[in-house]
Amino acid sequence: MAVKLQIDHLTKRYWLERESTQVLALNDVSLGVNDGEFLAIVGPSGCGKTSLMNIVAGLLPYEEGTVSIDGKQVHGPGTDRAVVFQHSSLLPWRTITGNVRYGMEMQKRFDETTMQQRAEHFLKLVGLTGFERHFPGELSGGMQQRVNLARALAADPVVLLMDEPFAALDSQTREFMQSELLKIWSKAKKTVLFITHQINEAVYLADRVAVMSSRPGRLKAIFDIPFSRPRTLALKRDPKFLEIEDKIWQLIEEESDRMGMVVEV
Amino acid sequence: MTGRPHQSFYQRYEGAILGGGSIVLLLGLWEAAWQAKMISPLFFSGPSAIAKQAVYAWTQGNLKGDLLYSGTNFTLGFIGAAIAGVVIGILVGWYRRLRMLADPLLNALYATPRVAMIPLILMWFGIGMWSKVFIVFISAFFPVLVNTVGGMRAIDRDLLRAARAFCASDWQIFKTVAIPGSVPFILTGLRQGVALGLIGVVVGEMFGGSQGVGFMVAYGGQTFATDTLFVGVFIIAAAGIVLTWLAERLERRFSQWRPER
Repeated sequence: MAVKLQIDHLTKRYWLERESTQVLALNDVSLGVNDGEFLAIVGPSGCGKTSLMNIVAGLLPYEEGTVSIDGKQVHGPGTDRAVVFQHSSLLPWRTITGNVRYGMEMQKRFDETTMQQRAEHFLKLVGLTGFERHFPGELSGGMQQRVNLARALAADPVVLLMDEPFAALDSQTREFMQSELLKIWSKAKKTVLFITHQINEAVYLADRVAVMSSRPGRLKAIFDIPFSRPRTLALKRDPKFLEIEDKIWQLIEEESDRMGMVVEV
Repeated sequence: MTGRPHQSFYQRYEGAILGGGSIVLLLGLWEAAWQAKMISPLFFSGPSAIAKQAVYAWTQGNLKGDLLYSGTNFTLGFIGAAIAGVVIGILVGWYRRLRMLADPLLNALYATPRVAMIPLILMWFGIGMWSKVFIVFISAFFPVLVNTVGGMRAIDRDLLRAARAFCASDWQIFKTVAIPGSVPFILTGLRQGVALGLIGVVVGEMFGGSQGVGFMVAYGGQTFATDTLFVGVFIIAAAGIVLTWLAERLERRFSQWRPER
């Protein structure tokens, strides 16, 4: 299987000017995401997963190690990646269609007709046909995240990056969006890097779950998730599911105990 | 909207009816007191006398000329202020270094009451119409400028991040994030500019010259012509209400996307 996104020995340091010390946000992280794979990264807050996401998205510079997509090293944002953000970050003055077109318009890869067709196609895929002329402020949080997803998919990235996209939603909407995401993903057939702090979200969605530890952020373990697809939400009550969830939980907890801090759920 | 329950005429226009009613009531009481000679015409006036004077000034006097004069001064000054305020505001808001250069100067000018500069402006421009135009300009310019700069600086970090992630260039970010995001701020600035510009034109005409609604009020006061004075005051009040209403309409038109409507 071809590797789409390859991260090799990535280390990220921040300099704290005030204390003139450095903080190691990521320490020697190596990880490959295969073509068409859904890989989730889970870890407690402060484990560097946001730094990792920002580096892969090209929003944060890095000096040590490499990040490459299809063998090409990435520096800065590119058309080969698209991000679904935690906050929908939709332009409030653009209609839903205008927002779905936004990424494509910025990247200038498609002509006008194609952009319009793709916008319609992906709006339909995320189930928002009929809302084309609405403004984001008129939509619920869950619907806004669908637009966010459609915007990223419409830009036709090689790798789809999802940065805790459901973290701001209430728990019912979140569960519903998780199963929706799986349906959409099965049709869109994208390579996905998904970041979350929720273990059960990661296990439910992903083919593999990478667990990170904090301070310095390191890759602690990678779990294969054996469940067949399509998956239903009932899977979350399957004993095997709970067992994997528990294993990941223990790994993070033991890490937190070592660090002497409380794990946020 | 379908299925909305039927509302009676009163329910639908309750606000307008109550608001209008209070004005009619006040005018009625005022006129009654005026007719009963409870008000001295030397220091105050009555609605009927003011209306009569307004008709007289319109048909026989120079009211049309005064309105045209004040209207021209206001329009020229305000349009100049709107253009200069928005353009300079966008530049100062977008270029960090320009902002560092301009900030102290603009703050100092902003803090200075514009009325204090009127004698100086009269020296520069004389007592003709251009001193009035400039007073309106300087009055309306600062609110437009300050709000525009504020709008440019209040760029949503999340939107900026999203734009960058989609490879947006600085120019694209300027066009698609900074400018549209500033529009509500700019419109607020224009609305404040209208109000201050109106004060500017009245005060400017009071200070020097022999024309305009501001002059009319000042002259009415100096000659104890209270009815003339009140005609001027009511015209200014009406202009203020109409212009602010127009500015608010414009604001609403451009913030269609705002959820709270």
